[in-house]
Amino acid sequence: MKSSGAIWHTPRLAMRYGPPVVAFLAMLAAWEAYVRLRDVPPYILPAPSLVLETLVADRGILLPALLVTLKTTLSALAAAVLGGVGLAVLFAQWKWVERSFLPFAIVLQVTPIVAIAPLLLIYLEAPAAVLVCAFLVAFFPILANTEQGLASADRNLADLFKLYRATRWQTLVYLRLPAALPYFLGGLRIGGGLALIGAIVAELAAGNAGKGAGLAFRIAEAGYRLNIPRMFAALALISAAGIAIFAALSGLSAYLLGRWHDSAAAPER
Amino acid sequence: MPLVSLRKAGKIYGNGTVALAGLDLDVRTGEFLTLLGPSGCGKSTILRLIAGLDTITSGTLARSLPLDRASIGFVFQDPTLMPWASVFDNVFLGPRLQGLSRRDAAPMVDEVLALVGLGTEAKAFPRELSGGMRMRVSIARALVLRPALLLMDEPFAALDEITRFRLNDDLLALQGELKTTIVFVTHSVYESVYVSRRIAVMAARPGRIAEEIAINAPSPRGKNFRTSTAYAQLCAQTSQALQGATGEV
Ligand SMILES: Nc1ncnc2c1ncn2[C@@H]1O[C@H](COP(=O)(O)OP(=O)(O)OP(=O)(O)O)[C@@H](O)[C@H]1O
Ligand SMILES: [Mg+2]
Repeated sequence: MKSSGAIWHTPRLAMRYGPPVVAFLAMLAAWEAYVRLRDVPPYILPAPSLVLETLVADRGILLPALLVTLKTTLSALAAAVLGGVGLAVLFAQWKWVERSFLPFAIVLQVTPIVAIAPLLLIYLEAPAAVLVCAFLVAFFPILANTEQGLASADRNLADLFKLYRATRWQTLVYLRLPAALPYFLGGLRIGGGLALIGAIVAELAAGNAGKGAGLAFRIAEAGYRLNIPRMFAALALISAAGIAIFAALSGLSAYLLGRWHDSAAAPER
Repeated sequence: MPLVSLRKAGKIYGNGTVALAGLDLDVRTGEFLTLLGPSGCGKSTILRLIAGLDTITSGTLARSLPLDRASIGFVFQDPTLMPWASVFDNVFLGPRLQGLSRRDAAPMVDEVLALVGLGTEAKAFPRELSGGMRMRVSIARALVLRPALLLMDEPFAALDEITRFRLNDDLLALQGELKTTIVFVTHSVYESVYVSRRIAVMAARPGRIAEEIAINAPSPRGKNFRTSTAYAQLCAQTSQALQGATGEV
């Protein structure tokens, strides 16, 4: 049995990841060919090879910028997790807290972050304003999802806890929080992507005030100087960061839900 | 004195639905009582009232057992296991909520798992089990604190017939061993006759007891009982009572 499993394993992986990888490489090749054959100047459209070259050559500028943006994003995400889960638990335990504070959360959610960023930049130093922006956009999906999850515990199970005279705290810890985990993880994946977007948007809004700051600042700066290859290189780094965050959070999700949740289970053999 | 006694009990839900009216029912210590009736006649409502999960709106309900954590076990139609917890942790729920540590509770959890025939599955997760095994876990969870009264709401309705027969036998054996009083809900005439000492046939709209039928068959029951003429006769009698109660003659 084992050997047949090994035989089947590789083709399955290839089937799964092969097509997207091939498509991506084909797209890069077409791009490269187009630029070379048409002699498109780099300040209009740099070839992928030039972008890669720039990435390596400018690493002294781009990598520290990436670190700044990543650090902001991850700090904001961590704060959003603490705040979102904490508030969701408060909401679930005391309805009056929810009635009092949910409107604020919704107002913050529906107001576009681009519109808030300039205001924050007046009151706060640029790095702090960027952090707050990233936090604000990541916070709501985590709050909303966790809250929904806390309320979604099976009704019969809730009755069982009542029958056993479970305390509020026991019901929270042993029933509501575990029931909310898949919902929370869904919110976390969304929040992770949004935190990066929030950080980028705020960095752009900060403009010159964000001097020496993150990747978006480098993009804007390179734009002023018509350094298009560097813009592409920075953009590639941002995409890579977004993908890495999503992959890491998906991995975390699969690990935590492990054996119990259908979404994380391996396909039937 | 009966374990639970309902007199002229009525239940009207908040939306105005009259679920039960003028219900007289005793649950006697040690018996296997089955509530048999058409869908919507209030069987689940009665179990919830007995468990204290809901309150009657008229009449009286007296219990001679304390409503503390260990005295009543409940088994639902679906296994309603916690999917994030192993079989052991699902069964451990009752002891845990009572404040027992995992180590202190381990002997009783292991024992009850062995009783329901799942001694080797303690580490498995619910999604890795068959429907019948999940129901066994649910029964083990209800029994781990050795309740005086076990309430079962159509526990085997979702299972195939062979599995249901086996679980019927196992349940009777469990009751023989633990002397638990059981109130069982089903809408299968055959199942009710097979497992019960007494069947309360219910009528609907509003829910009430139409007729009580004593099943004076010997225990332990088994294959022989299922194929006996006595069983067939009791089924016919019960079926007739049910038809009378639902107004179809
Ligand atoms: N929470 C509720 N609010 C309002 N009405 C309810 C509620 N629960 C049950 N009912 C109503 O009370 C009546 C009895 O319901 P109950 O669930 O006890 O029936 P049942 O005999 O268990 O039916 P089934 O065999 O389908 O499970 C039904 O008419 C049902 O619609
Ligand atoms: Mg019911």
